[in-house]
Amino acid sequence: MEIVSALMDGLWIAVQPHNLALAVIGVIVGLFVGALPGLGSVNGVAILLPFTFVINEATSDPAAPMIFLAAIYYGAMYGGAISSITLGIPGASTAVATTFDGRPMALQGNADRALVTAAVASFIGGTVATLFFTGFAPILSSVALDFGNPEIFALMLLAFATFIGLGGDDIPKTMFSIFFGLLLATVGFDTISGEPRLIFMNEREQTAVLETFGAGTEAVPFFDSVSWFSRGIQFLVLAIGVYGIGEMIWTINASRYKVTMTETTISFRRIMAGIVGMKDAWKGTMIGSLLGFFVGILPAAGATPGSLMSYGVSKMTSRNPKSYGEGNPDGVAAPEAANNSASTGAMLPMMTLGIPGSPTTAVLLAGMVIWGLEPGPRLFEDRPEFVWPLIGSFYISNIVAVLVNLAFIPLFLAVLRMPFTILAPVIFVLSIIGTYAAYDNMYDVWLMVLFGFGAYMLRILDYPLAPAVLAVVLGTTAEEKMRQSLLLSDGNFAIFWNPFFDRDGKGQEWWIAPVTTWIAVILIVLPIIIWAVRKIRGGSPAEA
Amino acid sequence: MRRAEFITAIILGLLSVYLMWKAGEGPEWDTEYVHWANTGINIDGSGPGKGFWPFYLALGMLVSCIWIIINTIRRTSPPSQSDEPFMDGYAKKMLLLVGGGLIGFLILIDLISMYAAIAVFIFYYMQILGRHPLSLSVATCLVVPFWLYLFFDIVMTKVQPKGTRWIEDTFYNPVGTFFRDQSLLVIVLCFAVSGAILAVIARSARH
Repeated sequence: MEIVSALMDGLWIAVQPHNLALAVIGVIVGLFVGALPGLGSVNGVAILLPFTFVINEATSDPAAPMIFLAAIYYGAMYGGAISSITLGIPGASTAVATTFDGRPMALQGNADRALVTAAVASFIGGTVATLFFTGFAPILSSVALDFGNPEIFALMLLAFATFIGLGGDDIPKTMFSIFFGLLLATVGFDTISGEPRLIFMNEREQTAVLETFGAGTEAVPFFDSVSWFSRGIQFLVLAIGVYGIGEMIWTINASRYKVTMTETTISFRRIMAGIVGMKDAWKGTMIGSLLGFFVGILPAAGATPGSLMSYGVSKMTSRNPKSYGEGNPDGVAAPEAANNSASTGAMLPMMTLGIPGSPTTAVLLAGMVIWGLEPGPRLFEDRPEFVWPLIGSFYISNIVAVLVNLAFIPLFLAVLRMPFTILAPVIFVLSIIGTYAAYDNMYDVWLMVLFGFGAYMLRILDYPLAPAVLAVVLGTTAEEKMRQSLLLSDGNFAIFWNPFFDRDGKGQEWWIAPVTTWIAVILIVLPIIIWAVRKIRGGSPAEA
Repeated sequence: MRRAEFITAIILGLLSVYLMWKAGEGPEWDTEYVHWANTGINIDGSGPGKGFWPFYLALGMLVSCIWIIINTIRRTSPPSQSDEPFMDGYAKKMLLLVGGGLIGFLILIDLISMYAAIAVFIFYYMQILGRHPLSLSVATCLVVPFWLYLFFDIVMTKVQPKGTRWIEDTFYNPVGTFFRDQSLLVIVLCFAVSGAILAVIARSARH
């Protein structure tokens, strides 16, 4: 009853004109970003995060910036299907599975039906997940209130282990990405001792370099690494660099500005026919809605594995699995319901534990920290005026997204026809001006562009970048929790893995940290075990 | 691709070694500090030192790089099995044009102001890379920075770099004074009118 009352209050705040307007704008922006090939929710949220400083100042409402970003997240999940179906190019990795059956449907002349199926399935998936979220979030956050430093560190370890064990990317490259991201978070000042760390050139070395180049002892800005790096590497700088610059360059190179769009006719009558046709896609919708949510709440899993797994399960349980890949509506509904459901699910660990469930929620988490909020179990206790309007906005954004999506499909198709050579410079400009607006200095802008070029190079070589982004967000907290745990245990790592470790009554929930740590260890070792088993059975190392 | 993967892993491995060394550094003012002393797990009973976490992270990076190199040599990673070049002619040209444009954009910000640099960059991009009609390129490179100026500098008072003193005094100060005296409705109208002009030009350019 208490939850219902809090939710009603939250819904009331979410429908206030400024919040409703932000939700509508966010959904529209998200739909555009999601529909653009190669760009997804994470790009949209990262590039537009600096704009929320402005929203925060203008509205003085703690929930307003998050409502805007969450609406972009939702909108992008809907939008991804548009390019998957009409162009055959997934709007984002979350919409890859939609292409499998959405594209064949479009080529058979049923693009309108595929688009309506995707929109309605997304709505059902998002709504089911939001209902789950409303029920589970307060319970999980109350349980998490008892978590100590070792438990939180173990959960973070689990998040990284999920990337290694279930991410599907090259393992050493994923590990490198995680370690590198965590290391970037250590640059600047040590939060515990207050001493500078990894600022690359201390003042003595800097002076020596300047004298070598004959520049005198007066530090010129480019060499001024003390003032550059002592500020630390801001998360936003990395996120915009990776998703605003690096991904854009990569997309330009991959698409080579050339895409072919399937002509689509949309009318009210055809939309209604598509909605009636959902009876052929209810099974995929339900599988996607349920599976998507539970995959989404796994730390660091997110919407992409959720949609792929739902597609697989839907196909596996179908009476006619051969029709998958040839234009089966269930094959569109399952991944679309799942990616929306998973995007809500991914917010659950972010808000209740402070551990993001996807790269996009990692950016959202960083945004919350920037606005002075502390994601974690205390958020529900301390900031109900933030939490419940946000949850209320999930329901509202979902309704807005499906209406806007169905009503403006022709407009989004027109946007997709816009040449990339107009969109690309605008996105570059937004990345640069947004970074400057956030930090008021050119050092961060240069660093952002540098990260963008680096990300592009690494992307070509199959280095996954999402783990690095997640690691930068969690890095400071992970180190703090680990060091405080080791302080408690006098430097004994057994505090993380041994359930019988004596904490002198200083900690609670003694089983959580060891169990979580062991699951993380199994996830890390799992690919090695699979590799070894396949090798014993006679498969080649490359196949393994 | 294989050679690029190998060389990249070597470079990243060397970076890891450098970072391990840097993690072991002490504060500049402590002349008696012994290198690596802060990487211990329990220093004087007060837990790990400030270098402990970065040192082992950098070590993890190094181990990962060695693993990547082994995979490259054994040809077990997809890039090491690929016969495609790291960057073909198109990719190199594109990186040069886009990357060069971005670097030029950043350099121009301090010289001619953020908004003028945006105009130059958009014009460059649309003309050189997009080969769009001149009218559309000119309209876009004027309207987009104008919108951004109204949004950031006027509505949200998030002031962007204004280039040299002369540019700021001669151009931005009078323009800023003019727009700050206007009501929000006028600003919204400016947005809408400039957007409509751009839409008309884009439409005619398409035809």
